Amino acid sequence: MAFYWLRCRDCGKRFENAPLSMCDECFSPLEVAYDLDAAKQTFTREAIARGPQSMWRYQALLPVPTDYTPTTPAGFTPLLSAPRLGKRIGAKNLFVKNDAVCLPTLSFKDRVVSVALANAVSFGFDTVGCSSTGNLANAVAAQAARLGLKTYILVPADLEPAKILNTQVYGAKLVRIDGNYDHVNRLSSQIAERYHWGFVNVNLRPYYAEGSKTVGYEIAEQLGWRLPDNVVVPMAGGSLITKIKKAFHELITLGLVEQKNVRFFGAQATGCSPIAQAVKCGSDTIEPQKPNTIARSLAIGNPADGPYAARAIRDSDGWAEDVSDVEIVAGIQELAETEGIFTETAGGVTTAVTARLYAHGRIHADELTVACITGNGLKTTDALAGQYAVEDAIRPRMVDFEAYVTAHESTVEQLAALVGAQV
Amino acid sequence: MSVKVLLPNAFQKHTNGAREIESNAANLPALVNDIETHFPALRQHLRDANGKLRQFINFYVNDEDIRFLGNDAYSFKDGDEVLVIPSIAGGCSPHGHTRFAPGQRPAASGHCRCCSYCGQEDCVCY
Repeated sequence: MAFYWLRCRDCGKRFENAPLSMCDECFSPLEVAYDLDAAKQTFTREAIARGPQSMWRYQALLPVPTDYTPTTPAGFTPLLSAPRLGKRIGAKNLFVKNDAVCLPTLSFKDRVVSVALANAVSFGFDTVGCSSTGNLANAVAAQAARLGLKTYILVPADLEPAKILNTQVYGAKLVRIDGNYDHVNRLSSQIAERYHWGFVNVNLRPYYAEGSKTVGYEIAEQLGWRLPDNVVVPMAGGSLITKIKKAFHELITLGLVEQKNVRFFGAQATGCSPIAQAVKCGSDTIEPQKPNTIARSLAIGNPADGPYAARAIRDSDGWAEDVSDVEIVAGIQELAETEGIFTETAGGVTTAVTARLYAHGRIHADELTVACITGNGLKTTDALAGQYAVEDAIRPRMVDFEAYVTAHESTVEQLAALVGAQV
Repeated sequence: MSVKVLLPNAFQKHTNGAREIESNAANLPALVNDIETHFPALRQHLRDANGKLRQFINFYVNDEDIRFLGNDAYSFKDGDEVLVIPSIAGGCSPHGHTRFAPGQRPAASGHCRCCSYCGQEDCVCY
């Protein structure tokens, strides 16, 4: 008997493993449930340490068949101390979980797709698909290519060119939809009912979402098997923040970390902030929005896990904030300039929201806080268009270079220090 | 006046396999009643213990989420195609607004007074 199964998140009805995303009694979403008593034998610190340097070191608590052999080493990304960013924003104990370098396609979506496609294969699908704001499209296209699956991917027509190219290069069929993500998602639901395909975020969604837990497992392990005080998480559909919380809960239940009430903070762009608005209004219900933001990877106006995300935040005594497009660009630049991490617009949202949470006193300077960076800046370079002037070339002569330095060092003191260093 | 209503696969267990109905309902509350009249077995699944429509059931009219068209206040037009899709997202806010200026927040919210654009309390950017 499998040690995991599907369970309705609202009425609790149990379902055997199948490509199913909703309860046939109350039409609420399903999630994967585990026999945690059984997992106590296999999910130990020692067994994990012996595992691969990827998210598959946590395979014992991921919903894949026991004999599953991973084909792609996704996850296990760096957890970096961020003292320079911390100094800039008033934080003394800040870490960045850097999924900008998640393999194979440079976003945290590689984690969820790894789990979803493992299930697509075990359910016998020969074609897989997704609705995507870009990163998921890249991840599905790449990993489906590696597994030899046919791929249909639906995206909003206005997606960033890099994300379109990074999907097409893997040979995926990319269908651009004249509408926003919510239109794309609705169509995907209809397609999944008509065709016998595995849609990773529709009929495979319960399995897919579990991949996000590995972000939480890794944070705990990389902190030396302890939990942080706070986590700041970007929110699109709202799934990631709930799954990090689930991961921490499982680690506590299994005795791998000490009990701790971690506070969860959600980050959105103001131009698409339905979950942040629900949190600010003290409501679990989500009012959909028409997205209008440069943070397209977070532009889901009708978030599938919104009510659960809002509840997870409130129950943890956390908070949600949203920031403007101007702040998002500044956030991207700030993280790059201080910590050498180039993130996409979603990471700009997380960085700017993190700064605001410190500024408003919602997070205190000494608290151990992890900001989750979920995607790579190389995919959204258009967000920085016009930020950096292309300067005239200088002649390959020392005199030109000295004139350049003189013109670019802002103070006489800086210039003197520079010249002194050369002597 | 009639609208075509497309039902999801998940409903079929309670509709004897029917996937589509024609309805003369004038608006959403009347449509939900009409669906329940057609398929009495569906009623207990569509509504929670308080008789409220479950939050994960979404209605779309000709590609648009009915919440953007006025929700209960939207009057169906002849030939409208109504799509019912469960489980994509949550239900509607009781407040009826997407964003609030600081002074307009519902009293019940009782939380932050920060403007959602600039982050400042009592801002003037609205």
